[in-house]
Amino acid sequence: MGEVLTDRLPLFPFLSPGDDPFTPVTGADLRRLDGPVTRVKLPTGGWTWLVTRHRDVKQMLRSDAFSADAARPGFPLLRQSPPQSAEGRRGGFIRMDGEEHLRLRRMLTAEFMIKNIRRIEPLIGQVVDDALTAFQAGQRPADLVAGFALPVPSLVICHLLGVPYADHAFFQQRSVVLLDRSADPLAVRDAVAGLRSYLGRLIEDKRAGATPGDDLLGRLITERVRPGELEVGELIGMALLLLIAGHETTANMIGLSVLLLLQHPHVWERLRGDPAQADAVVEELLRYLTIVRQGLPRQAIRDVEVGGRRIRAGEPVTALLSLANRDADVFDDAEEFDPYREAHQHLAFGFGVHQCIGQPLARAELRIALTGLAARLPGLRLAADPADLPKRDNSIVYGLSELPVTW
Amino acid sequence: MSGVAADRDVCVGAGMCVLTAPDLFDQDDEGLVVLIDESDPDPALTQRAVLLCPSGALRVTGN
Repeated sequence: MGEVLTDRLPLFPFLSPGDDPFTPVTGADLRRLDGPVTRVKLPTGGWTWLVTRHRDVKQMLRSDAFSADAARPGFPLLRQSPPQSAEGRRGGFIRMDGEEHLRLRRMLTAEFMIKNIRRIEPLIGQVVDDALTAFQAGQRPADLVAGFALPVPSLVICHLLGVPYADHAFFQQRSVVLLDRSADPLAVRDAVAGLRSYLGRLIEDKRAGATPGDDLLGRLITERVRPGELEVGELIGMALLLLIAGHETTANMIGLSVLLLLQHPHVWERLRGDPAQADAVVEELLRYLTIVRQGLPRQAIRDVEVGGRRIRAGEPVTALLSLANRDADVFDDAEEFDPYREAHQHLAFGFGVHQCIGQPLARAELRIALTGLAARLPGLRLAADPADLPKRDNSIVYGLSELPVTW
Repeated sequence: MSGVAADRDVCVGAGMCVLTAPDLFDQDDEGLVVLIDESDPDPALTQRAVLLCPSGALRVTGN
């Protein structure tokens, strides 16, 4: 790969304007991009191709010309990777390719399919109801993130996996570090090690019992670990991934969605009057908010063309989902939040073999949480200046770290 | 007549087909795609499912 002078390239990741969490990339940053597939500078010193059009992002993420393995030299990193043993990466299948990835992913697909998520919808409804009862009984104003957006998906994923919710402070503090690209690499390594040993102990306790339990981890122990198809080290990595992805993403979607819907009262009305409309609203929220704003990193493993650009083997590439979801070739008035539109082509869950495995769960949680909130707290309103709300600019998962509300 | 074919070796069980066209597609005990009804599916719905399938496991067949 030839030398590329990075000095004049725009610095990536881009940040949303401080007072506007709904604009993924500022006009000034957009004007610096010299095409739909263009080079940008990375905070770690290198550069990456940035792919921004909907059709190019789809082609790239579905192509087997790209690797998702972040341990490869030259992979586009947003922070220096911590000195991590191979053991620390075991089971982390979102960073694997080909058969190795498929083998682990396929052990989980049935768990998250729509018909199985439908079975736990009553549980999600109960969790939302209980959380709202506690929230309503508390003081006003209150932080909707800490009091509702975070506990709901955390309780649900804990129940699904078989992880005690009582330990949530422990794993939530460490997930924040793991997702923060400004975190010290050593702090990241410690957070991974702490979470892996916690989950390792939990899995050992389940294995030691006569019946490992009727939850996802228990079933994987019975059906995969005991027959020798899956090693405990791999199961720990899979559990880590599901635990973090399972609460951070939905929590931040709920927080940002509420802020947006407070500016669109007719949509709240719609959710309250006709909850059947909620599916379409949720799809548009996913498109418009696209909380994975720093994009999906890959590395070309052979020469390939994307959007008319020749990308050579070894070169780093990043799919910018947030701009692809604002592509005017696919979405009319793409910059507008329009809950009546057909948003189904959005790429908020990614695309290709790594597309979010938990998307049926995420959709169900968002629908039930937002319709529950609309029904129970019709007078909900913001209790802070929207420009002052703390944003998660450095997190892999964008969102609000606080959302003061009253009702 | 056009139809749809599903390649289970390629499927990653994301469930987009079931979300899009629940009368045409299902997922089995492994979470992988199965065709429910291969007779004369709605071409618009089939096309949409093919477009949304993240792994490329679906394709339109026939003429």
